[in-house]
Amino acid sequence: MQSKLVSLKEAVAGFIKDGDRLVIGASLEAAIPFAATFELIRQNKRQLDLIAPISDASADMLIGAGCAGSITGAWVGNVSGGLGHNYRRAMEQGLPHPLKVNDFSNFSLAMALMAGAYGMPFVPVRSLLGSDITQSNPDHKILQNPLSEAPDPVVLVKPLVPDVAIFSVPRSDVFGNAHFWGSLGVVQEAALAAKSVILLADEIVEPAVIASDPNRVIFPGFKVKAVAHEPASQYPSPMTGCWKRDNAFFNDYHQRSRDREGYLAWLEEWVLSLPDHASLRAKLGTRLDDLRIKGTALAAPANFASE
Amino acid sequence: MSSKYSTQELMIIASAREIKDGEVVFVGMRLPITAFGVARLTHAPNAVGLFEVGIARYEPAKDMLYTMSDPPNQQNAAWCTGTMQVMGLLQGGQVDAGFIGGAEIDRFGNINTSYIGGHKQMKTKLPGSGGAADIAAMSKRLLAIMNHEPHRLVRRVGYVTSPGGLDGGNARRKAGLRWGGTGAVITDRAILKPYGEDGELHLFSIHPGHTALEVKNHTGWELKDHPDQMQTPEPTRIEMDALHAIDRDGFWRG
Repeated sequence: MQSKLVSLKEAVAGFIKDGDRLVIGASLEAAIPFAATFELIRQNKRQLDLIAPISDASADMLIGAGCAGSITGAWVGNVSGGLGHNYRRAMEQGLPHPLKVNDFSNFSLAMALMAGAYGMPFVPVRSLLGSDITQSNPDHKILQNPLSEAPDPVVLVKPLVPDVAIFSVPRSDVFGNAHFWGSLGVVQEAALAAKSVILLADEIVEPAVIASDPNRVIFPGFKVKAVAHEPASQYPSPMTGCWKRDNAFFNDYHQRSRDREGYLAWLEEWVLSLPDHASLRAKLGTRLDDLRIKGTALAAPANFASE
Repeated sequence: MSSKYSTQELMIIASAREIKDGEVVFVGMRLPITAFGVARLTHAPNAVGLFEVGIARYEPAKDMLYTMSDPPNQQNAAWCTGTMQVMGLLQGGQVDAGFIGGAEIDRFGNINTSYIGGHKQMKTKLPGSGGAADIAAMSKRLLAIMNHEPHRLVRRVGYVTSPGGLDGGNARRKAGLRWGGTGAVITDRAILKPYGEDGELHLFSIHPGHTALEVKNHTGWELKDHPDQMQTPEPTRIEMDALHAIDRDGFWRG
């Protein structure tokens, strides 16, 4: 096997094109690869379709920077702050440009990715009945359950196949075999559905470390095209076992992005004036050190011996 | 009795009281997380919380939560898994109560968190469903928490993100939803509950310091009185202590 280790810059330049359908983190609030969000903005990618149930404020930042052409998701905002001001400006005023929205709920999006992963033609759900999500997103079709004699409407959800899924993971080997733990959101479904996967690893470890616990591998390394070693790539979101959430960063973003000028100043300060993620870590300094999880609450080892 | 509490604190505590001991509760983003923690520390020590990120918890988290994914919610969780698994349980009819916030609600309990004015003539774009549409459709009973203003409690929402009673009566069943519907709407002024054949929301409980007239003046439809109308009891010392332990930094009760 060949090492897949590249820089974040190379991964974004080499594997993501304008117009791609992209998953940037899929565990809703944790382990969102904001380092990739910022790098997509620096490389001025355009017309991306952002696929995620919720990816905290990542989508709002990309929308404001003009990188997003559409949203395929359930929620765009700032989880602790509330509304996404850039999302509102794009939808209400067409600033910086209009945005298309493909409405989902978290469950229907999870099911759509599962259908994409497993080659299913569609997947029926009992959610969304009575919801106008079936009106604003006509991809969701209501039909009678053909296996039932009694009236039994179900919603058919169309499969979703992202071009690229990017994840922050606590540890990976150079071949893309990675461990991920804590709440998983739709990471597994998104990784299995995507045509290719990019990992931002907090730590690069020997292959034997990953092989010691195959249950903690939630998608196989053969799906992974590139691995970048990028500590705190999920900053300011949290990552179980590694980093706490920087709540103040989200609040500051929420306040400053209220108007377009404020957002652009924020963008210059936190993204455009920094050449890479290492510069962001350096800028944060002790603020980042304070967020590092220093305690241990280790899982009991599991025995995989064969005899 | 505690004499000092804020409106926001009373709303969270009144919400917590709607959770029954032993229930499996699907806990939505933001305020419901705090309300569930208060319930668990007071009258509902055997309630189980399910979180859409893929967590089941018995004990409330040991430290402040800004989001349900924060590390304190992961440590000593009863189960860490995916969104599919926990929402699958919801679809399987294994969740007693769902608990969500809202921006706009109507007299039948339908909630809009997507497009104020409707998706064709949108005035304001809100964040969207997240898991709310799923929780509203598939839990056995829905609890909603929101601020009480005439532009938020409206006769008919312009877009149904999360279904309550739809057009009232048996509309929910006719749409194919097999169970559920609004249990209570907890606001910063009152608690509304469905009543009568069509299940329209009625004024059930008035928070201390508020009057029926004032609540009705802040409601966008002609709010009727529930026959069992009462006054919301003030928060107890135990409830206030629980809330302060859960929301240590005062972020959610500010």
